[in-house]
Amino acid sequence: MPTRRLSIVLAEDSLLLREGLASILDRAGHEVRDAVGDGDALLAVVRKNPPDMVITDVRMPPGHSDEGLRAAAAIRAELPAIGILVLSQYVADAYLSSLLETTTGGIGYLLKDRVGHVTEFLESLDRVADGGTVVDPEVVRQLLARRRNDGPLSALTPRELEVLALMAEGRVNGSIAEHLVVSEAAVRKHVGNIFAKLRLDEGLDRRVSAVLTYLRG
Amino acid sequence: MTVWAALASPRYLISSWPWRSYAYLLTSVPMGAVSIVVLVGLAALSAVLSPILIGILMLTAFPLVGAVIGWVERRRAGMMLVDGIKSPHAKLPAGLTRRAKLTFRRREQASMRALGYGFVLGVFVWPLSALFAGLSVTILLTTLASPVIADGDQMGMGPWTMDTAEEGLLFLVLFGPPYYVVSSYLLGVIAGAEASLARAMLGPRQEELQRNLAELRRSRLDLVDAFETERVRIERHLHDGVQQRLVGLTMTLGLAELDLPDGEGRRLVVKAHSEAEAALADLRAAVRGIHPRVLVDHGLEAAVREVADRMPLPVTLQLSVPTRLPGPIEAAAYFVVSEALANVAKHAQASTCEVTGWVDRDRLVITVQDDGVGGAQLGAGTGLTGLVTRLDALGGTLDVDSPSGGPTRLRMECPCQLGD
Repeated sequence: MPTRRLSIVLAEDSLLLREGLASILDRAGHEVRDAVGDGDALLAVVRKNPPDMVITDVRMPPGHSDEGLRAAAAIRAELPAIGILVLSQYVADAYLSSLLETTTGGIGYLLKDRVGHVTEFLESLDRVADGGTVVDPEVVRQLLARRRNDGPLSALTPRELEVLALMAEGRVNGSIAEHLVVSEAAVRKHVGNIFAKLRLDEGLDRRVSAVLTYLRG
Repeated sequence: MTVWAALASPRYLISSWPWRSYAYLLTSVPMGAVSIVVLVGLAALSAVLSPILIGILMLTAFPLVGAVIGWVERRRAGMMLVDGIKSPHAKLPAGLTRRAKLTFRRREQASMRALGYGFVLGVFVWPLSALFAGLSVTILLTTLASPVIADGDQMGMGPWTMDTAEEGLLFLVLFGPPYYVVSSYLLGVIAGAEASLARAMLGPRQEELQRNLAELRRSRLDLVDAFETERVRIERHLHDGVQQRLVGLTMTLGLAELDLPDGEGRRLVVKAHSEAEAALADLRAAVRGIHPRVLVDHGLEAAVREVADRMPLPVTLQLSVPTRLPGPIEAAAYFVVSEALANVAKHAQASTCEVTGWVDRDRLVITVQDDGVGGAQLGAGTGLTGLVTRLDALGGTLDVDSPSGGPTRLRMECPCQLGD
């Protein structure tokens, strides 16, 4: 259970899901400051009074294409301090790459099904609020399936790939160690190897860069 | 082979064509006479009955009489035209009542043309045929019989007069062959002209042929389009209705789990939660089979990529389709790739698979190639058979090349526009 109270703006056009999300967030002790049904309304309320977090659906009226995503991009450009969690009905990497290309954390991309796992969902929310990057495990699985053998990731061992995949889910070292049933020191060693093999720029958040490299294949 | 080609042949006189010409011309006599009697009779009857309305109603039946005459005449023309005359009438739409069928035929231009032909046949053609063929047959028979006739009687043929059998025989030998030659060619020309007239008036016009073809294509396209619209509607319904409710249900169950103490009640809620999620997964799979949302939103490449990502084997994807294509085409292409990949995963024992797509001169071409065992067939109860029909309606094709031992290569082609 989260220890702090986040102020959240919710954008979701289905009334049913909006209410469901609101009651989950409410139950977890967060403040749902506004709940809107389209991208323009989202931008308007966020600009007026920036919240800690924005949770938005991808498809919303009027066009039912990627209004939520465009609103999210605009918010990220104007108010980078706001954490953004995007909910999508299905895996489409067209969404994912446009979301992750320009960003350095504080962002999440989850399938709507995930919301039903309330505890996990609230944990993801927390990680995004802390500046982490969270990508839905199912999305990660599908992207992994597509991985070609000539990318920068070909240098990694299977175990290192596994660790990287868990990083992409937004887990910290302790959680990864727990998941793989190894010591945290072992995980730290793997993470160090990953950073070295991917030749990541020291100036950036290497954890985020590694995950982005991973997701781009 | 037509009578015109036969006339130019040196073997014309010993072929069956002179006799066919006679037969065609002579049969046109009863046919023409019956036609004109029926037509004039009907016209007179309707004129008489016109005060009581039924006569006027009868007039509308005339094109149908024409259609019947046309039907008989097209068959009779088979004597002169080896290929016969193709029917100019449009194919009747399915599911019409007898009355609607008659109305349909009555309104066809081809029926009116056939009626016109009936009058021409009844007024000009058969008297002409009767005159030439009748006269010619009479002269020919008389000439053949001249030794017998001249034997018992004095016989005058034009400028000649014959009194004895010998004279008659001489006449037969001297006059018969030249007359046969001249009359055969003359009647061949007349019969050929009549058959050509019949073909011109009773056969299909070029635009009728094209119209029929275009109508057929149009209606098939409409059907495909209607199916597509319906699929999208069903998908939307499931997506916006049932699916949202199921997500809502999993949320509620998720919340309930948090509040319940450990025990039987909580165990049941957790079970219900996972069952609701299974239902959601099933529903999602079903929706994908009907019409995937990602196809509507993001087009062919994104949708195919999603399918490829779900495959148990690595799939290399190279699609360069610059623009969005019309819905039915995108859907057909999507389902072809989707079905092909499913078959590869199920039967091919392949380790890799490659999907390539491009647009070549306004045609969408997609190939799916694996490195499996081959031996795949289109007709062998695969889901691809239905897709062949679907592609066909769009003007596209699907070919499978799968020698035993592999590899299998599937290639689909489809115009990028609907109904061009």
